[in-house]
Amino acid sequence: MKKRNRNIFRRIFDFYYEGFREMPSWGIKAWALILIKLFIMFVILRLFFFPNIMSEHFEDDQERADYMIEELTKPISYD
Amino acid sequence: MIENIMLSDLSLVNWSRGQFALTAMYHYLFVPLTLGLSFLMAIMESLYVKTGNPEWKRITKFWMTLFGINFAIGVATGLILEFEFGTNWSRYSWFVGDIFGAPLAIEGIMAFFLESTFIAVMFFGWKKVSKKFHLLSTWLVAIGASLSALWILVANAWMQYPTGMNFNPDTARNEMLSFWDVFLSPVAVNKFLHTITSAYVLSAIFVIGVSAWFLMKKRHIVFAKKSMVIAATFGLITGGYLIFTGDGSAYQVAQKQPMKLAAMEGLYDGQEGAGLLVFGMLNPDKEWNNDEEAVLAKVEVPKLLSILGYRNKDAFVPGVTNLMEGGFKYTDEKGNKHTALSAEEKINRGRIARTALGDYKDAKETGDEQAQKEHLETFKANFQYFGYGFLNNPGDIIPNVPLTFYSFHIMVGLGFYFLIFFVLILFFLFKNTLQNKRWLLWLALVSIPLPYIASQAGWIVAEVGRQPWVIQDLMPTIAAVSRIDATSVQITFWMFAAIFTALLIAEISILTKQIRTGPKTGGQ
Repeated sequence: MKKRNRNIFRRIFDFYYEGFREMPSWGIKAWALILIKLFIMFVILRLFFFPNIMSEHFEDDQERADYMIEELTKPISYD
Repeated sequence: MIENIMLSDLSLVNWSRGQFALTAMYHYLFVPLTLGLSFLMAIMESLYVKTGNPEWKRITKFWMTLFGINFAIGVATGLILEFEFGTNWSRYSWFVGDIFGAPLAIEGIMAFFLESTFIAVMFFGWKKVSKKFHLLSTWLVAIGASLSALWILVANAWMQYPTGMNFNPDTARNEMLSFWDVFLSPVAVNKFLHTITSAYVLSAIFVIGVSAWFLMKKRHIVFAKKSMVIAATFGLITGGYLIFTGDGSAYQVAQKQPMKLAAMEGLYDGQEGAGLLVFGMLNPDKEWNNDEEAVLAKVEVPKLLSILGYRNKDAFVPGVTNLMEGGFKYTDEKGNKHTALSAEEKINRGRIARTALGDYKDAKETGDEQAQKEHLETFKANFQYFGYGFLNNPGDIIPNVPLTFYSFHIMVGLGFYFLIFFVLILFFLFKNTLQNKRWLLWLALVSIPLPYIASQAGWIVAEVGRQPWVIQDLMPTIAAVSRIDATSVQITFWMFAAIFTALLIAEISILTKQIRTGPKTGGQ
């Protein structure tokens, strides 16, 4: 009865806390893999290897549009 | 400034394509098991809630464990594709505008709220929520996973059949005119249904294969048989529907991407009442403009390709050569009759569209409103061939025929094999002799990789078969790629190859360890 009266945020927190605490070994391994993967993706790959070209090279959408129209219309060299 | 690399730098284009293909194909090794296994778990748990039999709980929890491992390893691998859009395919990303962004944003939100929230209840909530709420959570995870796939496939379908949009010549972006035209395009509907049913079949075979291993080891017999009954029934129903949706997809290809259909069938010279190849061996010397035989050996069902492609046994199915030369008559979706243009004429019109867009921009800068109007009209009249204007030779519109052809036939052949396989499993299960049929148990075990091969082959058909297009007829791959240094693409290609291979090894290793451990006793 006392448990039911706890506020909703506390109950959600406890739900997750107990869930993680009682997690089997495969679950711990899976979470370790998820965290390593996310680290590699967002800290290494995203920061150092995958810049957003359009955001990085142009100030605003007008510049991006001008660049794209130029690229879409300029003669192509196939040499 | 962005490096100016000429379009002839095929190394950059090919490495970028290779990198995207590698990422997408590895990503899709994890996805289908998540999609299908979630439904199998939901069905099994429904039986537990309905019957109260703890064996069903034990069965559900075991497959849920394998689902969890697969989900954990596969989750977020698709985000790498989005990184690649921004870096390697920035021109494409700009050109597609909000059409690609909207479905992907919805997918992200749905995946986060539906899957993430209810997956927690599914794994942590066995003793904390009611049976019915837990069951609801499991079903919502299953439905949420399939809905996530829906949005991705809607975006992909738009690339195969761009509709419901208007190209804005001032921003060089496509703008969505009708969400429903994009969402409910026949290509999107068929693609979604075909892809998810293939995932359901894959999962059914996975469950049957793993259960067969338990039967061979004479462990957890009841568990294995119950799992197999559910999986084989689910597989048979969804496998039948898979073939039906495959027919729907092929019909859409015939209407919207006839060159892809010609490549799928190795058809160079079009025919009225064209037959469907059940088996064929392509002639490697065949070109669209020589007189070599296209197929060296074949088994063909007469008229079936015309029936499947056009719902008419005598319909003309154009081949590669016809599509190159044009001149044949066809009827569009609205019933209007046309004479097909040659590839050369389409290239000319594409170049007119590109020039008109440039002239429109110049006229805008000089403030000449009359010229703007005229150039815009010319541009709009030829926009449907815009992408052809980037091509150098008419032959560029032909995809890799052997790769498309063999991938298609492997996929179709395996699809029919799966149906026979499910029937056999169910037959011997109901005769209660399956555990004595070691050949069939072995077959079940070695069949586990086959639906993965079929799925990958299906994606090769879809993506290689539509080359040279990133967006059908509007943007070729060569115009979509960012002009970045090819070496950096090569480096990240090998990085991805290493990361994904490590993930795959981890997946197989943790899964096999968990399978060897087997289900826990007592429904706990």
